[in-house]
Amino acid sequence: MTRYFTEDHEWIEVNGDSATVGITHYAQSQLGDIVFAEVPAAGATLKKGGDAAVVESVKAASDVYAPVSGTVIEGNAALEGDPALVNSDPEGEGWFFKLTLSDSSELDSLMNSTAYQAFVDGL
Amino acid sequence: MSEEDDFELEPIEILELPLDAWHRDKGARMVEFAGYHMPIQYEGIIAEHIWTRENAGLFDVSHMGQLMLTGDGAAQALEALVPGDISALSEGKMRYSLLLAEDGGVLDDMMITAVPMGLYVVVNGAVKWDDMGYLREYLPDEITINNMEDRALLALQGPKAVDALKRVVPGVDALYFMEAGSFFWGPKTDPEPLWISRSGYTGEDGFEISVPGTHAKALADQLCAQPEVKPIGLGARDSLRLEAGLPLYGHDMTPDVEPVEANAAFAISKRRRAEGGFAGSDRILNALANGPARKLVGLSVEGKMPVREGAPIFAGVAQVGVVTSGGFGPSVGAPIAMGYVDAGHNASGTMLEAEVRGKRVSITVANLPFVPHHYHRKGANI
Repeated sequence: MTRYFTEDHEWIEVNGDSATVGITHYAQSQLGDIVFAEVPAAGATLKKGGDAAVVESVKAASDVYAPVSGTVIEGNAALEGDPALVNSDPEGEGWFFKLTLSDSSELDSLMNSTAYQAFVDGL
Repeated sequence: MSEEDDFELEPIEILELPLDAWHRDKGARMVEFAGYHMPIQYEGIIAEHIWTRENAGLFDVSHMGQLMLTGDGAAQALEALVPGDISALSEGKMRYSLLLAEDGGVLDDMMITAVPMGLYVVVNGAVKWDDMGYLREYLPDEITINNMEDRALLALQGPKAVDALKRVVPGVDALYFMEAGSFFWGPKTDPEPLWISRSGYTGEDGFEISVPGTHAKALADQLCAQPEVKPIGLGARDSLRLEAGLPLYGHDMTPDVEPVEANAAFAISKRRRAEGGFAGSDRILNALANGPARKLVGLSVEGKMPVREGAPIFAGVAQVGVVTSGGFGPSVGAPIAMGYVDAGHNASGTMLEAEVRGKRVSITVANLPFVPHHYHRKGANI
């Protein structure tokens, strides 16, 4: 399993031709208290860089983009009852959705964890 | 992810307030607001909000304009531009009022206090320069407008604010809601006079303290050393005032609305209703007599998804309003909002829908405030 990151602060963990997507620790720390998350329904088709989910803090709504193109397998139903999971465990239990990749070559443009850490340190 | 922030960036130089370094030392996240670097949060908006409702929160609101109007007849002159009975204010009494355009539109909301020198007026930071220009244009030349830029403004809010502040500034507990006075603070050999009012914008009991900018850090340090007090950012200030049903200027109130629409008819004093004679009084008194075409109301939101500023409001297929403030209410434990809704659809209990990202959400017109006010009123049973 390999984890990649985007400049928009999503992470994607790839396992074969499927993957899990969420937002990073850095992203949740910038957003503050998460009070609502809207995840895509199974079967939804996502395009790399397109709107995939919504995360709302007390003060603002933010879009979560699809790191790669694909078809949604499952949205994280746990976020409906406990959106604060995105704060407490953003890179684990607070995942947003799982999808089937339609073009794994899209992963080539993403960062690995070392590159992402350097990117965040430069912000 | 991209953040659609509520706080707009200003293209001009961002200014620093006296407590800038103090906020950063306390771990604040700073944002640009009203042209200044301001703390939006320290430990987190929800925790800060709840702390203020249960204890005492210290807010830096030094971006707001502190104006002193002096000169003979200042109160009468100001009454041409505001709908409150300012002449009747006795020394140390204050009143919430509205600065009105010629057509009755609301240019700002403000606190006006009668002081020995004249009138002490606190206005919103984002429009303070416009306010000063407007006042200068419309007030007689004999009235002097002094912008007290050298003073900071701190708000200490919450049920334990009085316990903390009276330890630091003896005697402040004698004030009731909407009263103000001068109090000495510091060593007996070299006391500093502070101007303190029992007022605020959270719905809780509390105080607002005008202090020379040079002394702001020492006062903030001393207040935060009290066990009841933590520093609180603008994020919680916004959620607290929304739960308290208090309008945010520039969002819930703009030059496009007059006071009756803006649910601020209480700010039009009895004598002024009878006499008129203020900017836009024909339009405003007509709205008072016949009811406004639309009104600012509270909106309870079904479910957990926040309904925010700009969301259209529908009764069936017809749009009947728009949300002007909305978010999550930490003490309510649910999303809440305020917005303008047309006559015929704005009675408390009316079921409507708001549209968020193309989806309809059920909302209900609600009585304001969402969280009861806890002011220390004179004559109230406590």
